[in-house]
Amino acid sequence: MRHCMVFLLLFLQILLLPKIGHSEDLDDPVARIAIGSKSFTESVILGEIARHIARVSGASTVHKRQLGGTSILWNALLAGEIDIYPEYTGTLMQEILVNERLESLTGLQESLKQSGIRMTMPLGFNNTYAIGVKKQLAKELGLERISDLNNHPDLIMGFSNEFMDRNDGWPGLQRHYKLSHKNVTGLDHDLAYRGIESDSLQVIDLYATDAEIDYYQLQILEDDLVFFPAYQAVILYREDILARNPRLAESLNQLTGKIDAQTMIAMNAKVKLNGLSESQVAATFLKETLNIHSKVVTISHWQQFLRYSKEHLILVFVSLSSAILLSIPLGILAAKRTGFAHLILGAASMIQTIPALALFVFMIPLLGIGGPPAIVALFLYSLLPIIRNTYSGLNDIPMHIRESAVVLGLPSAARLRIVELPLAARSILAGIKTSAVINVGTATLGALIGAGGYGQPILTGIRLDDTSLILQGAIPAAALALMVQGFFELIERTILPSRLNISR
Amino acid sequence: MLKLEKVSVHFGNEAALSEITLEFLSKKTTVLIGPSGCGKSTILRLLAGLQQLESGSIYFEESPLSPDNITALRHRMGYVIQEGGLFPHLTVKDNVGLMPVYLDWPPEKVNERLNELAELVHISTNLLERYPDELSGGQRQRVSIMRALMLNPDLLLLDEPLGALDPMIRFELQQDLKDIFDRLDKTVIMVTHDIAEAAYFADQIVLLRSGKLIQQGTLTELASSPIEPFVTNFIHAQREPLANLERMLS
Repeated sequence: MRHCMVFLLLFLQILLLPKIGHSEDLDDPVARIAIGSKSFTESVILGEIARHIARVSGASTVHKRQLGGTSILWNALLAGEIDIYPEYTGTLMQEILVNERLESLTGLQESLKQSGIRMTMPLGFNNTYAIGVKKQLAKELGLERISDLNNHPDLIMGFSNEFMDRNDGWPGLQRHYKLSHKNVTGLDHDLAYRGIESDSLQVIDLYATDAEIDYYQLQILEDDLVFFPAYQAVILYREDILARNPRLAESLNQLTGKIDAQTMIAMNAKVKLNGLSESQVAATFLKETLNIHSKVVTISHWQQFLRYSKEHLILVFVSLSSAILLSIPLGILAAKRTGFAHLILGAASMIQTIPALALFVFMIPLLGIGGPPAIVALFLYSLLPIIRNTYSGLNDIPMHIRESAVVLGLPSAARLRIVELPLAARSILAGIKTSAVINVGTATLGALIGAGGYGQPILTGIRLDDTSLILQGAIPAAALALMVQGFFELIERTILPSRLNISR
Repeated sequence: MLKLEKVSVHFGNEAALSEITLEFLSKKTTVLIGPSGCGKSTILRLLAGLQQLESGSIYFEESPLSPDNITALRHRMGYVIQEGGLFPHLTVKDNVGLMPVYLDWPPEKVNERLNELAELVHISTNLLERYPDELSGGQRQRVSIMRALMLNPDLLLLDEPLGALDPMIRFELQQDLKDIFDRLDKTVIMVTHDIAEAAYFADQIVLLRSGKLIQQGTLTELASSPIEPFVTNFIHAQREPLANLERMLS
């Protein structure tokens, strides 16, 4: 029975493996254009604009929305996993290519060319970073310029995680203005608005084109010592597009100068405040400005749900079953060879101490973005509970029972099969259950590196401040965790207590 | 058939056995006895290959015991411990039939042997389908003995087999065991700390203290010509329940 299960798992795995990473609609890989975007609304809208343009040019398209951060997108572009993504000149010059000390747009274009990347000229708007406070608070404290913050060192500040670490973010700002504030935390950009609305934050970073600035009645503090560079929006694309799809490159370049700040703020507002889809907003823009007509492809909720489910299930199934197949032998080895125990358990514990998101990101240089790096990260994350429970399950078998098996004259492989593994099975299954539940939950992070799954609606929901969307991801994920747990409990009940029936 | 030559074992710095030389009588019952920590169980564990030999040799029919031949030799030994050592996930039948099935005995032969042994150890055949935790302590030890005898071993090793049983069951099982030993005519080595039990079973008693062999012989020999006062003290360190009772009543 047990052998059958293992073979069944292996078989299913082989069956499913070729499909990993092919979860999107695609036809001809040559004509396929992959677009990426960052995890804030403006980037997703610009990504949709690029997608419509690509679609009109005849390509089949994939839009990997709201990937985890600038470095993920940049590296995916270099590696050819995406072909196009929207970026900002300030980010390119101050962060990605900071070591090249670029000063002009032409210098930037030249530098990008050397990496095989092309850039459109600025689209028109400058989405600079800005520092904002509530208008009311600004009036009370007399805050007009960033320098004025020095008069109020106790203000509570919350900045987007990326801003906390960037050269052109908080560290540089702090140095430039000699700010001494200690109450500074990093959080998701979209959550920061909720924080300032509820007064749990007083100062946040803003993107100048955020629709929320007006909505929440925030005041932008003047950058009086001129710290923030210009963040002209541009679209980056791979050089090979020029040859593969010259019409697409041409159309992208037509966007130059077409989106001014008011237009961008209005588009952001339509998505974030009026609830229109990014695709719809992008299509309307293209029709009105460039007379490009692209259909908005809407996927029904049900189809969307099926896609997320399929992606999530593949992530969990492949990573968990591989983890089971490796962890049990490792656990046995640890239990049988004391010398290996420290090594194996130590290594597995060390992996577990890596924050899950970091582990996902570590996989990108090795495996790119999408399903495979997420599966490897989840696989690594699932090892420890199974290894540890296999190890302790075997070690907890009373000495007199283990010795009885020895004294009967059973060779060690037979002891393991007939006596030790059946007695440790309950503990091993408990380890698998723990791993499975962790795995299902952690797999939602896969969306940050383009692996899709139930994390996708959760991310979008956070970005759009849409609780129902968050629940569309969170509830199925929780249900799946319960189902997986139930599945292993069923196995426990049918296979255990294991009656070997050897004398019949 | 079985002898120890200058066998020593240490647990840390402590000598568990020091230079023990001892020959067991073939087809007789030898009882190893002595105070706790004297090394009596260690000798049994050495014979079963559960304890590593540090120095000296153990001979099983002229060939020295080694990691190479121990697994095969174990098929010629039966081993019973105080806790029983039955596998909790297997029925009585599977516990006892495990080895013959593993060694590819034909099913009829396994069943025949099972029934034969059930009768010998007084286990009714309707207990064969039960799991160890559905048996009483005495029944579990009877099943343990059945399992030890299944391959018809030449040597039977028993480590305080009756130690965990209450007095009535123990008394009954002592009688049955003695009967089994007499009928089977095997080399039996039994460890106990109870001199009365030793006297009841032993053809030969081996008295140990702190890892050293003090004296060996029949109970009469130990009583009539003790090699040192400890021997006499040990033999007499036993209350006579009836004598005590009479003294209390008078």
